[in-house]
Amino acid sequence: MTQTTTQTKQLNGVDVAALLGAREALEAAPEAANFTWKASSEWKDGVHTRTEINGFFGLGEEQSRAKTFTIDTDHPEVFAAPDLAPTPVELVLSGLAGCLTGGVASVAENRGIKLHSVKATLTGEMNLYGILGIDPAVRNGFDTVRVHFDIDAEASREDIEALVAQSQKRSAVFDIITNPTNVFVSVA
Amino acid sequence: MRRTTTIIIGAGHAGLAMSRCLTSQGVDHVLLERGEVANSWRTERWDSLRLLTPNWQSRLPGHAYQGDNPDGFLTVPETIEFIAGYASDINAPVETATEVLDVAQDGAGFAVRTSRGNWRCRTLVVASGCMSIPNIPDYANELPPDIRKLSSKDYRNPDQIEDGGVLVVGPSASGVQIAHELRLAGRDVILSVGEHVRMPRTYRGKDIHWLMDQSGLFDTTIREVDDVNRVRRLPSPQLMGSTTRTTIGLNSLQCQGVEIVGRTMGANGPLLQFSGALANVCRLADLKMNRLLRTLDDWVESAGRSSELDAAYELRPTSVPQVPRLSMNLKDRGVKTIIWATGFHPDYSWLNLPVFNRRGQLRHNGGVVDMPGVYAMGLPFMRKRKSTFIDGAGDDARDLSNHLAHYLAGAAADAA
Repeated sequence: MTQTTTQTKQLNGVDVAALLGAREALEAAPEAANFTWKASSEWKDGVHTRTEINGFFGLGEEQSRAKTFTIDTDHPEVFAAPDLAPTPVELVLSGLAGCLTGGVASVAENRGIKLHSVKATLTGEMNLYGILGIDPAVRNGFDTVRVHFDIDAEASREDIEALVAQSQKRSAVFDIITNPTNVFVSVA
Repeated sequence: MRRTTTIIIGAGHAGLAMSRCLTSQGVDHVLLERGEVANSWRTERWDSLRLLTPNWQSRLPGHAYQGDNPDGFLTVPETIEFIAGYASDINAPVETATEVLDVAQDGAGFAVRTSRGNWRCRTLVVASGCMSIPNIPDYANELPPDIRKLSSKDYRNPDQIEDGGVLVVGPSASGVQIAHELRLAGRDVILSVGEHVRMPRTYRGKDIHWLMDQSGLFDTTIREVDDVNRVRRLPSPQLMGSTTRTTIGLNSLQCQGVEIVGRTMGANGPLLQFSGALANVCRLADLKMNRLLRTLDDWVESAGRSSELDAAYELRPTSVPQVPRLSMNLKDRGVKTIIWATGFHPDYSWLNLPVFNRRGQLRHNGGVVDMPGVYAMGLPFMRKRKSTFIDGAGDDARDLSNHLAHYLAGAAADAA
């Protein structure tokens, strides 16, 4: 059975009290829960693109950070590119890894489970016949994504599996990948 | 204009239990019922349905199952007879064929307008049921018009369904039972599976409800759970009442040849898209079921009841197709019918009181509605886990009728 635990000390460095407080506050102020995430990019050369990330909209107003993050994407040499940065699809995997792992840490914190290490290896299987336009029956994106977690924590195997399952249930990127999304692309 | 102290809206098991308790409290009241007693059981259930609760659990204040099969499950006609028998046993003051059109505040009480005249009362009990309106997904409008769509409320039996494939959307009690019955009738059945509650009918030789009842799990109160909204939203467990006490679930359905696919996320004409999260919703359900079974094992151990039961065992994990299907063209697959088993919500369109939250749900604390003199009955996990069942109406009605009587006494004292 579930029970409420009062924690004075963080086990995994996740401020669960703040997250639960935010949840309560947002329930009372639904408009503040509407967030818009943003990124802007510019082509460099070849298939190398640089994306900058800073502001986002949330809690009813534009939010900005002290620092602008830069993420480059390119392609490896087998794609006849200089391999200056990961491919975009690898960044999708890193997004999923970050989201699920952050989720595991948050759920563990909330359940009072101390984590020692959380490692994940991800694979995204793709048939290039899709993006190369060789076979219209093959999709462009991943056929299958696999995530394998290796977690050392002060909990039973079932409790660790429950962390991972709950993390998927609450993950934005897991949802983005597993469920369809409308995408509208326009040109200035 | 007729007057009474309390009006109970709805003469199902919940309204009747309240009637019986108000009678004990000496509170003058009337039940307004749009049809006959146990109306939804008479008009909104499929033919083969049986109660999910064993007969011994058919208990109401001053009334209980008296037959010779306590471990069986009542059929729909037997359930109607049980509830109607209760109404006559307790001489419930039911006004049948009386549809409530509007309830509004009127001074210190309420004005109730019905299809058969108007009433005035001091206190109100909303027992009109929580399964009035089927939840139909938004994408339903995008589906081809020549595919027949019906809700589990309109489903009666396989003969009613046109030849061809059937997509059942929703893996809870209704969805799995309908998929099971249609597959037995030889149909090609696809079941779309989102989050669900897996539960074996029997465990260690006992009915799961017996274990939950004996261990006190059904008596868990809303104060003992960490998130009452979450437990109230839980879908109905994958249980079936049958003469064979069969366990129904995604494993048994797949053995029968039902194909399971992920939650339906959208439609574009005949093309449906399914979520890729099927493996996780199945894993979540397995983990939660195992947690329940271990909780029950712990109770058996600590209560020293092991000798009454078989030894503990593990259930097979839910089988998930190697590569679950992410889309389906209904035309190509020969699907002619879609059955929505996607849950229900209550119809409060007639309740013109400021008692709703943003999502249109009744604001209440354990059935004490957020407006003096207004009460609810028969909502899931309303005061206790068993509030969801016929068996929970007794405790809820006793508590709330007490509260209501105190409210009336307080109001009388204020006026004096």
